[in-house]
Amino acid sequence: MELLREKWTGKVREVTIGATHEHGGTRARSVTVGGETGLPFLHFEGETPNRPSIALEVWDIAPEEWPEVLREPYADVLSDPAAWARKCAGEYGADLVMLRLASCDPDRGNTGAAEAQAVVRSVLSAVDVPLIIIGCGDPDRDNEVMPAVGEAAAGENCLMGIAKQENYKSLVATCVVNGHNIIAQSPLDINIAKQLNILITEMGLAPDKIIIDPMSGALGYGIEYCYSIMERVRLGSLQGDKMLAMPVITFVGQEAWRAKEAREPDDAVPEWGPQRARGVAWELMTATTLLQAGADILVVRHPEAAKALREHIDELVTSGEGVA
Amino acid sequence: MGLTGLEIYKLLPKKNCHECGPPTCLAFAMALAAGKASLDACPYVSDEARAALDSASAPPIRLVTIGTGERKLDIGDETVLFRHDKTFFHETGLGFELGDAEGPSALAERARDVASLDFERVGQHLRVNLIGVRSDTGEAGPFRLAVKAVQEAASLPLVLMAEDPGIMKAGIEETAGARPLIYAAAQGNWEAMAKLAKQAGCPVAVRGKDLDDLADLATKVAGAGCKDIVLDPGSRKLARTLADLTQIRRLAIKRKFRPFGYPNIAFVTCEDPELQIAEAGVYVAKYASIVMMRSFERWQVLPLVTLRQNIYTDPQKPIQVEPKLYSIGGEAGPDSPLYVTSNFSLTFFTVQGDIEASKVPSHLLVVDTEGTSVLTAWAAGKFTAEKIADALSTSGTIDKVGHRKVILPGYVAAMSGKLEEKSGWEVLVGPRESSGIPSFVKARWGA
Repeated sequence: MELLREKWTGKVREVTIGATHEHGGTRARSVTVGGETGLPFLHFEGETPNRPSIALEVWDIAPEEWPEVLREPYADVLSDPAAWARKCAGEYGADLVMLRLASCDPDRGNTGAAEAQAVVRSVLSAVDVPLIIIGCGDPDRDNEVMPAVGEAAAGENCLMGIAKQENYKSLVATCVVNGHNIIAQSPLDINIAKQLNILITEMGLAPDKIIIDPMSGALGYGIEYCYSIMERVRLGSLQGDKMLAMPVITFVGQEAWRAKEAREPDDAVPEWGPQRARGVAWELMTATTLLQAGADILVVRHPEAAKALREHIDELVTSGEGVA
Repeated sequence: MGLTGLEIYKLLPKKNCHECGPPTCLAFAMALAAGKASLDACPYVSDEARAALDSASAPPIRLVTIGTGERKLDIGDETVLFRHDKTFFHETGLGFELGDAEGPSALAERARDVASLDFERVGQHLRVNLIGVRSDTGEAGPFRLAVKAVQEAASLPLVLMAEDPGIMKAGIEETAGARPLIYAAAQGNWEAMAKLAKQAGCPVAVRGKDLDDLADLATKVAGAGCKDIVLDPGSRKLARTLADLTQIRRLAIKRKFRPFGYPNIAFVTCEDPELQIAEAGVYVAKYASIVMMRSFERWQVLPLVTLRQNIYTDPQKPIQVEPKLYSIGGEAGPDSPLYVTSNFSLTFFTVQGDIEASKVPSHLLVVDTEGTSVLTAWAAGKFTAEKIADALSTSGTIDKVGHRKVILPGYVAAMSGKLEEKSGWEVLVGPRESSGIPSFVKARWGA
């Protein structure tokens, strides 16, 4: 029987994060994502030249709102971002470390550019994997802090975020000047995703320096919207839409650990099972579902979810042989 | 390829008798072309026309029913490859395998455990659908006892899993009239299995060694008179199964390849409990009609049934949350802020998350906007001053909230005057995006 193979004309761009010594940085290796020429893991019609990457999340201030089952694996390092990052990159085997500069939040640590530069430098020297660095989410503070952070990490080819349609210029500028990649976030809207990519490239950042965040909800909290948007982004890429053909990042841990199913303690709803297994399962299933929709970088929080996700990806990228 | 409505119309009797349901033959033809009607509904169609139309009018994937009564499982009858193209119609059936070696009393207990898996989520019951009884002993006696025990203990439809037609026969005898799925017909036993399925009026699964073998077997079993077939491509590795399920769906829908015009079944093979649900999740998202698993811890089943609900949500009919007063971020008291929003689930979840992020326990009054977002509902007259005023007075809000201040989404600030007038409440105009709630409440809600 003749299989039905789609003839795609386009592909997802490849984006490389992290600079090794020969490229002017200090990373032991870089991570390349994207480059797919078909729908996710359909080896009979497309290539997956780079396996999806897993980032573990590190905060520069102890995250009070994380439930105990999530704090437990990091109990000894929660207030030391460099040690925390080392644990993620070493013991927990993260491809990338994502540093969230949460302490800059005026409602949290209210720290400024100088403190952020110091923590970025300490994390850069603590680990040799590529870094993702995102701000606290307060637009004014991020515009003040992120340019300084970009400078402190100059030449390291980090992935910096988060650019949005209403606030992208200062982040793009620092990425252009200091040689970083950017996360372009759009609110579940393909047209805005594309428009933002155009705006960013018009400022002089190359299209292969952009990673899309189409935004997501967790499993059970609107994931189906993101699933379909991400599928359409991938289809658009394969059909040759070059301003949509960027790899996709998704903040799985941030969403999954907000879900009630991950946060309720063991005794709150006994018929849901124990919280630790349930929380990890919630994060894992959010991640694996978005993987099927086309995610290239998955930012997770629990090391056990990261481990299971890695083994699941092993299966997806290798067990397809023999498909005629 | 299927025929267009007009092409079908030319072959119909053109009597406009509307005995088929639709008012005219043309309307019926359009329904046939869309796969929404069956030619059987027309009493006057000629034999030649039927022959010409049969292949074109049959749905690309047959609807197959397993079991009977309230818990019967309908699978198949899908029409698209991507949920954004229309929707996925028939939720993946989730089944759990039990082996006959465990003995009847242990099996009965396990069957009751499976049947008790029932989670309520946004107003729907999320349940498992099937119990598989597998012949591990290789003998008819224990299999018969196992089937009997499971059937008595749980009211779920069964999958009878045996390779030997003699053993299968014993299982079928125990389940007379209950329409279990017979698993499986393969090279070597298909003639006997097809005969058993046909006699008992049961759906039968066909397992191939690969897709070619599967197509060959499905054709033979259909030729032996079995109409209700379930396809098992036989692959037992994740990426291979994903590829095979994708090909089966594509060939059925895009090429109308008849041997694959049936629902399918996939088996989870990972040993690790976390990887099992990851594997099952892939099959739920990518086209499996049935997923069979061997373990069913509650922490495994909850995310799976939730994923299934999400993937099978009609993109045109968003999930709604119940319109009522919610307490968010802890126990809200008489002095806590009161927000108002729409009952579109995604809006609700977003506002809920942002209120939690504000770390101020709050009331959230959800108004029935028929599942539309704030701006859409406002534009359509479903989120009006009258409706909000009505919700304020009928939702029990007055009893739980001591003050008379309501925070309105910034996008609909224009209605604040009217809302004050209609409700008698003081209106505070909140941020346009709910992400502004934490800073808004800090600045504006003098605690």
